Amino acid sequence: MSLLDIHQLVVHHGQLAAVIDLDLTVAESDTVAVIGANGAGKTTLMRAIAGAIRPTSGTITFDGIDITSWPAHRRVAAGISLVPEGRRLFASLTVEENLLTGGYRRRPGPWTIPRIIELFPWMAERRKQPAAELSGGEQQAVAIGRALAANPRLLLLDELSLGLAPIIVQRIYAALPEILATGTTVLLVEQDVSQALRVADEVGCLLAGRCVLRGAASELTAAEIEAAYFGIERTPR
Amino acid sequence: MTWVNTIVQGTLLGGLYALFACGLSMMFGVMRIVNLAHGDLAVLAAFLAYSVMSATSLGAFWAVIIVIPLFAVFGYAVQRGLLQRSMRISPLSTLLVTFGLSVVIQNLLLQTYSADTRALDIGSLVSKSVRINAQISLSYLSLITFALAIIVIVALQLYLSRGRTGRMMRAASDDAEAATLVGADSRHIYAIATAIAFATVALAGLMFAMRSSFDPSLGPTRLIFAFEAVVIGGLGSLWGTLVGGIVLGLAQTIGAQLDPALLLLGGHIIFLAILAFRPQGLIPARRLA
Repeated sequence: MSLLDIHQLVVHHGQLAAVIDLDLTVAESDTVAVIGANGAGKTTLMRAIAGAIRPTSGTITFDGIDITSWPAHRRVAAGISLVPEGRRLFASLTVEENLLTGGYRRRPGPWTIPRIIELFPWMAERRKQPAAELSGGEQQAVAIGRALAANPRLLLLDELSLGLAPIIVQRIYAALPEILATGTTVLLVEQDVSQALRVADEVGCLLAGRCVLRGAASELTAAEIEAAYFGIERTPR
Repeated sequence: MTWVNTIVQGTLLGGLYALFACGLSMMFGVMRIVNLAHGDLAVLAAFLAYSVMSATSLGAFWAVIIVIPLFAVFGYAVQRGLLQRSMRISPLSTLLVTFGLSVVIQNLLLQTYSADTRALDIGSLVSKSVRINAQISLSYLSLITFALAIIVIVALQLYLSRGRTGRMMRAASDDAEAATLVGADSRHIYAIATAIAFATVALAGLMFAMRSSFDPSLGPTRLIFAFEAVVIGGLGSLWGTLVGGIVLGLAQTIGAQLDPALLLLGGHIIFLAILAFRPQGLIPARRLA
């Protein structure tokens, strides 16, 4: 059975319909990437799954339960954690305190604060430092750690690469296999298509709020992805 | 020696101001709510205690024990039922709602208790004091008040810096949406912060009422003291509020020492000077706590 099941989802961002009639399923322990250009509705989709915005219509089912009308904090308790776009750390709290807030509704599971610090060893000696003083890449790591501290069944990663140098992005993604090894299901949104293809089992491509392509990462061709990403109609010659 | 006495008395009075102001500081720090009903809440607590004491044979101590939890519950309900709704609309509407609450409380008190001046009877405690020497004697009541102020502020500080819910209050103050995304029900967190603020304002209101008489119109005058303490100390910092309260108390007693008519003016002048030359306050807070 799929862990996350999205059916005919419509989400408005202000007046604009950012996600339109979207169907998406994510199987347990899978890694699914959603790619798409700027403004394709990726972040809106993630925020709707995490409960930060109410969808206009459609349903979101998590582990067989309809959670469409649940507030965000209840979804965290049920096992959905979002690493939000732009990281959104608590600026006046220290690294360690940020991680601790993540454990506010901690479910039983493998991720404890020491375990998270093991994943990102530099945190050990900088745990007392205010989060605002960290570099972008370090903040991203803390944001991931904060989400992991809740022991989510479904981890939502929104644009991990945003505003980071490629080398830093690689370092962040290097932590992903260890996270997946604990059986966590991951749904990630990424503008960097090659990065997404490298880590995901399955890829979906959004274009203007609709899912225009879906398939196994290994089977999609570059031409197919390009066409879906930019919305190029393939005209028969 | 008179000056030493002035400074000691001013510091003790400042403790009361700090105790009174810390709820205002807390609500602003966590929710950015400026509670214009703060002074009236203190007066309401005094009248409630007055009622408890006249309806039963309980003493002032038990009245305090009864009124404070009542106020905490009241605070939780006000936040969930009233302020939370207005926060969704705009900060300005929240200001208007607390102003409305202030008017409602004043008029309800006037309706129920009339405009007569009342006092809380604390028996012989009111006149007991420790005599240090010919000039200096410290009344038990101001010593107790000062001790309570320190205890409350240190406890709040520890709660915010170490406690699980306190930490989440600071987190919600930084980024309320991100706090809900890590699993906090922000409405509940805010309501607890308000409950704590109401409990402290009730305690301060009762300590005020034990040292001087009160009537329903006193709230706004009291509110000014809390504002001055918070602004002098630095917005959103509890240590700052403690320092601000003490500076205000000192300014008032020193003013009164120069000329009894200068009591209030002394405080206002320091307040205006801080606003003009150090608007961030004496201990500016980058963070709450």
